[in-house]
Formats: sequence, structure tokens, C-alpha cells
Amino acid sequence: MSVPALKALFPGDVQDTAGRRAQLAEIDASCRWPVLYFFLSGLGWLLLGTLLALVTSMKLHLPDFLAESSWLTFGRVRPAHLNTVIYGFASQSAIGVCIWLMCRLCRVPLMAAGIILAANVFWNLGLTVGVVGILVGDSTAIEWLEMPAYATPILFFSYALIAVWAIITFRLRREKQLYVSQWYLLAALLWFPWLYSTAQIMLLIQPVRGVVQAAVNWWFAHNVLGLWFTPIGLAAIYYFIPKVIGRPIRSYYLSVLGFWSLALFYNWNGLHHLVGGPLPAWMITISVVASVMMLIPVIAVAINHHYTMWGHFHKLRYSPTLRFIVVGAMCYTLTSLQGVASALRSVSEVTHFTHHTIAHAHLGMYGFFTMVMFGSIYYIFPRITLREWPSQSLISAHFWACLLGLVLYVVPLSYAGVLQGLAMNTAEIPFLKVVAGTLPFLQLRTLAGLILAAGHVAFFANIVWMLCRVLGPYQQPVRMILTGTQQTAVAGK
Amino acid sequence: MNYGPLLFLGILFTLASSWVGLVLMPNRQLGTLTPHVNATTSAIYPAARAGEAQQGAETYRSLGCIYCHSQQVRPEGFGGDIARGWGKRRTVSRDYLFDKPVQLGTSRTGPDLTNFGERNGAVDWNLKHLYNPQITSPGSIMPAYPFLFEKRRIGKNGASTNALALIAPFAPEAGYEIVPKMEALQLVEYLRSLKTSVDLPEASIKKTEGDAAAPDASATNAPTGAPAPAPAK
Ligand code: HEC
Repeated sequence: MSVPALKALFPGDVQDTAGRRAQLAEIDASCRWPVLYFFLSGLGWLLLGTLLALVTSMKLHLPDFLAESSWLTFGRVRPAHLNTVIYGFASQSAIGVCIWLMCRLCRVPLMAAGIILAANVFWNLGLTVGVVGILVGDSTAIEWLEMPAYATPILFFSYALIAVWAIITFRLRREKQLYVSQWYLLAALLWFPWLYSTAQIMLLIQPVRGVVQAAVNWWFAHNVLGLWFTPIGLAAIYYFIPKVIGRPIRSYYLSVLGFWSLALFYNWNGLHHLVGGPLPAWMITISVVASVMMLIPVIAVAINHHYTMWGHFHKLRYSPTLRFIVVGAMCYTLTSLQGVASALRSVSEVTHFTHHTIAHAHLGMYGFFTMVMFGSIYYIFPRITLREWPSQSLISAHFWACLLGLVLYVVPLSYAGVLQGLAMNTAEIPFLKVVAGTLPFLQLRTLAGLILAAGHVAFFANIVWMLCRVLGPYQQPVRMILTGTQQTAVAGK
Repeated sequence: MNYGPLLFLGILFTLASSWVGLVLMPNRQLGTLTPHVNATTSAIYPAARAGEAQQGAETYRSLGCIYCHSQQVRPEGFGGDIARGWGKRRTVSRDYLFDKPVQLGTSRTGPDLTNFGERNGAVDWNLKHLYNPQITSPGSIMPAYPFLFEKRRIGKNGASTNALALIAPFAPEAGYEIVPKMEALQLVEYLRSLKTSVDLPEASIKKTEGDAAAPDASATNAPTGAPAPAPAK
């Protein structure tokens, strides 16, 4: 393989010069505050979202819990949870990672930090208004778009600032070779505003008639996952696995195939959420077919990621980044296959409308995306603050709590959903019997949630500790526990 | 793949395809759908909801009932919807013409409510159920909605006529009564208006003996058991 080709595959550099390092240090330093804004406010929303999640989960098996207040009724806390974790935590950490990766891969220091700061302020403002709006009863009851129409334009404005900033950065890039992560980032940045504005206009501003709303709703809601979170998550995986283990991505061609097939098929998937529903059959059939076609990008990406890792699993011991990212990559494969399966009519007949869908959503948004974001933050945070993570035990606690909580959440609840679906399809079983059958699993889910919450608290403690050090004197260059034994990767691109 | 413009165009083109296919096309095909007019009775279905029930739909939206209740009936033989008595036929696009927002739902933690008004239009049952589901459905995990009710001291003139008839352990302490607020009554009107059992060309009801004549009379989304229009005075 030629040297330029190799370079394109591998974000780490082949020859490592002092100049390169200096440039990197300059870029990381320029990212410091803007990326911190997004990570820290994201983390704040994660803690709030976790609390809301616990309340939601408990209400399902203890229906009297906090029942007196209309603000905290199930039908409001649940969307409040979704919106805080999706638009508060996940999107903000995604934007943080996106900014940092863009600067590094384009090899330009972050420009116009004021724009990013403004975007952050508006994003948090819009979200606060939106979440309070949901709790006081202005929820739109359109899934994934619950925030009322008086909040969303603020978010959109904030988003526009970021997208414009990113596109300008991309245009001014000093590195002309594009790495696969950049394709995904650019795509996500362009897809999201299109999705969001279409959904806002056609559902809230000038609502379309009848079930067309449902079509727009699920076109949007599924694409937020597929065309916003997935590309950013994959961009991070494509960057960090090679980076940390010091080995190029397995195949350039597979990454091209993975990218374009995702772009082609994913955006047609949404209406598989309406199998059996009141829309013309052709619409749903197209989505089911496109969902099955998703096997192509999923398998291409899986081979690429997992083969790159092959033979390097021992490095998981040393690098928290790698641990989180590899678990994330595995969950991506699993959740995608589960998604393809549940789009099939015969499976959907059972699992649709059950807790199975909730388990699936968490395998994707938590197992895949959140784990990848955690891994990325473990890598980026020390580099932009020039401080080491204070506690390895807290990192371990965070990781194991996440993994245990995740397994305990997803596996039993997926199974419970199937049982629930089979029981519901058997008309002779009284409905309250079906409900009773799900109860133990709902209780187990609260336990899983508590474990995840403990992990988040450990993460938070480590970050607060680190921030105290940021305010204190400069210590020593970042090393060791971030990336493991390799010193090479630390100095990479 | 280092050609920026190509990447850019590809990104836009791919999303544009489904934007046309799954957003604009459905809007073209379904956006012009009109209510069905029965040739013999000239009954129009569906009709927009009347005031009270429409207000109740807002409460349903605001309280997020959609996170546990769907409003769609899948076709005969696909799942247990029809066998469970959640509807006499599958639901079709036309059923939702006037719903804003359309609340099809993706969860059945509780039963489907598409035709709840045909199943159980009893106001009293519904109010009690909303006040505390354990009264009517012990073991339910549906939340109680006590804030839709007012706890009042019983006045000199005795209990209010619309107070809930509650027995221990659900009754308030002596001297108090539980009275539904406006929102509770509107919400119940909305639930009572949920009916789709009307024969449509695209979805007909399999007529079984006994209820052959059922549908069109109740085609107006009017609550069952509503007082018949008073004769002209
Ligand atoms: C946490 C989930 C949950 C939420 C939220 C919820 N329900 Fe329920 N609902 C249930 C369950 C479970 C049942 C079945 C047991 C029962 O009758 O209570 C049910 C039953 C019902 C029934 C009776 C259906 C039948 O066929 O007998 C009605 C009507 C109803 N709910 C209305 C509502 C309304 C209105 C709201 C919103 C204000 C709401 N529900 C919110 C779970 C929920």
C-alpha cells in the first residue's frame, strides 16, 4: 500500500515529527473551552436524565409513586427523560466530539470559539425551556419531538451556528486527505438540520393532515438515530480504534461501502415503526425492505471494526477509551441486527408495542452511542485540559457499572417484550395478566437503572476531581491510562 | 474519497430520496383524503370532534397517555387486536383525518383505545378509573390522576351530585368528597368519543349476525349513551 493511501486509512501519522506534535498541542489547546462547554453541560443533562429515568422506571411498577403531581406523571417524566438524554446529553457530547474531531482531522485550530460558546448557551436555553414545557403539560406527544414549538427554534438556531462553524472549518482544512470519520461527521452535520426542520414545519408549524403526521414523525425519529447519532458514533469508532491500538483500519473499501450503503438505506427505514398500522402498505413495505438492506452497511462496518481489533484485545486492559469504544462497536452490531429482525413483519407482529422496543432503543442509544461517547470523552478530556484522570478505580467502576447495568437492562427486557407480545396476541389471556407477567422485568429494569446511575456518579466524581486539578497547577503531560501501553498513539495525528 | 463536492452531493441526494419518498409522496397521496359519505344514510365519517371531547384530546396529549396506549387496530390475523375486541376492523388512514396530533402510539403497556368509546362509555367507571385505577382494575400499573379531581369539604347542602361514589380504602376522610375537575370530564368525553366501527370501502366490517345494523348510527364520534337530541320544542 502506498504511503498516502496508508495515511488516509490511519489517523495516526506514519512519521512522527516534533512539528506535528506542536500542531496537535495547539489544536487541542484551542478546543479546550468550547469542547468543555459541551461535555460538561452534556454531563449535567446526563445526571438529570438518569434521575428522570429512575423515576420513570419506578412508576411503571409502583404506579402510586409521585402520583400526586401533574408535573411528575408518567406521561410527562418519560418524554422529559428522553429529551434530556437525547438532546441534552447525547447530542451535546456528540457535538463536543464532533468539534474536536473536525479540528484534529482538518488540522486546523478551533476558530471563532465565541460562536461555539453562543451555540452552547442557546442549546441549553432551548432545552431547558423545552423540558420545562413538557413537564408543565405542553408536550406535543409526538415521540422524539415532544418539546413544544416555542422551544425548538432556539435549538435550531444553536444547531445552525454549529453546522456553519463546522462547514467553514471543513473548507479551511489544511489536511486535504479526508479520513472516513470526516465523511460521517459531514453527513451528520448536514442531515440533522434537514430532518429537524422538516419535522418541525410539517408537525408543529403547519401540521400535515392525519396519518401523514405519523409518516413524518417516524421518518424523523428513526433518522435522528440513523443519520445523526449513528454517523457521529461511527466516526468516533473509526477514529479511536486505530488511534489507540496503533494499526490502520482493516479495509478502505469496506469503509466506503459501509458509508454509502448507510446513506442510501438508512433514511428509508423509519416507517417500519408502523407495521400493521393505518398507512398504505407500499410505504411500510419500502421501509421493511430498506431495513433488511441495512445488513450491508452493518456487516461492512462490523467486519472493519472487529477485524481491526482482532489480536489486540489485550489492549482493552490498559485503555478505558478502547474498552468503552469496543463495547460500543459490539453493541452497534448487535442492536442493528436486532433492529433488522424487529422490522420483519412476523417479528414485529409480536414485539411491536412491547417493552422489547424499549430494550432495543437502549441497546442502541446506550450500548452503542453512549458507550462510544464515554470512550471518546476519556480520550479527549485529558488532552484538552492537559490533566490526567485522577482515579483509575473510578474509571473501572464507571465501566463495569455501565456494562453490568446495560446487560441487566437489555437482555431481560428484550425477553420480557417477546413474552408480553406473545401473551397480548393470545386473546384469551386477560390484559391484566399480561401486565402482571411484565412486572418482575420492570422491577429488574429499575435495578439496572440504579447500577447505571452509580456508574454515572463515578464518572461525574472523576470529572469534578479533574476539574479541580484544571483550576490547580499544571501537572504532567497526559499519558498512560488514557491509551494504554502505547506511547506512539498519543503522539498521532 | 477525497472529493469534497461529490461527498456533499451524495449526502444531500441520499436524504432527498427518502424525503421525497416517505414525506412528500405520502403527503400527496393522503393529504387530499376526504371523509366518507354513506350513500344511503349520507352519514359523514369521520367527523371532527365536538368541543368537550376535543378539549379532552388536549388533556390526553398533555398527560402523555400515548406512552402506554396505542390507537390503531392491526388487520385481522395480524396480532391479537381484533380477537381482543379492540376493533371490528383494521384502522385506515381515513380514521385519523381530524386528529391533531395523530396519536397512533407505539406502546401497549395498556390496552389499545381506538374503540374504547364502544367498549365502555360509562362516565362513572371512567372517572373512578382515572382517579385511581386500582378501584376499577386492581393490579393495574396505570398511574392515578388525582390532580384531575378536587378534594372538597362537603358543604351544608350535602354531597355534590357529581362527587365520586368511593368506598374505603379509596374514599377520602369523613366530611370530604372527591369531585372531578373540568379536565377529567373532558378527558372522559374524549375517551367516549373513540369509535371507528364504521364500514368503509377500504376497510369493511365483517358482519356477524346480531350486530348487522350496528355501524352507521354511531358514526359521528358522539359518545354512546349521550342523551338523544331533544325533540323540537
Ligand atoms: C403507565 C402506563 C399507562 C399510562 C401512562 C396510562 N395508562 Fe391507561 N391503562 C394502563 C393499563 C396497564 C391499563 C389496563 C388496566 C386498567 O384498566 O387500568 C389501562 C387501562 C386504561 C383504560 C381502560 C381500557 C380498557 O379497555 O378497559 C382507559 C380508558 C385508559 N387506560 C385511559 C388512559 C388515559 C386517558 C390515560 C392518560 C391520562 C392513561 N390511560 C394513561 C396503563 C396506562
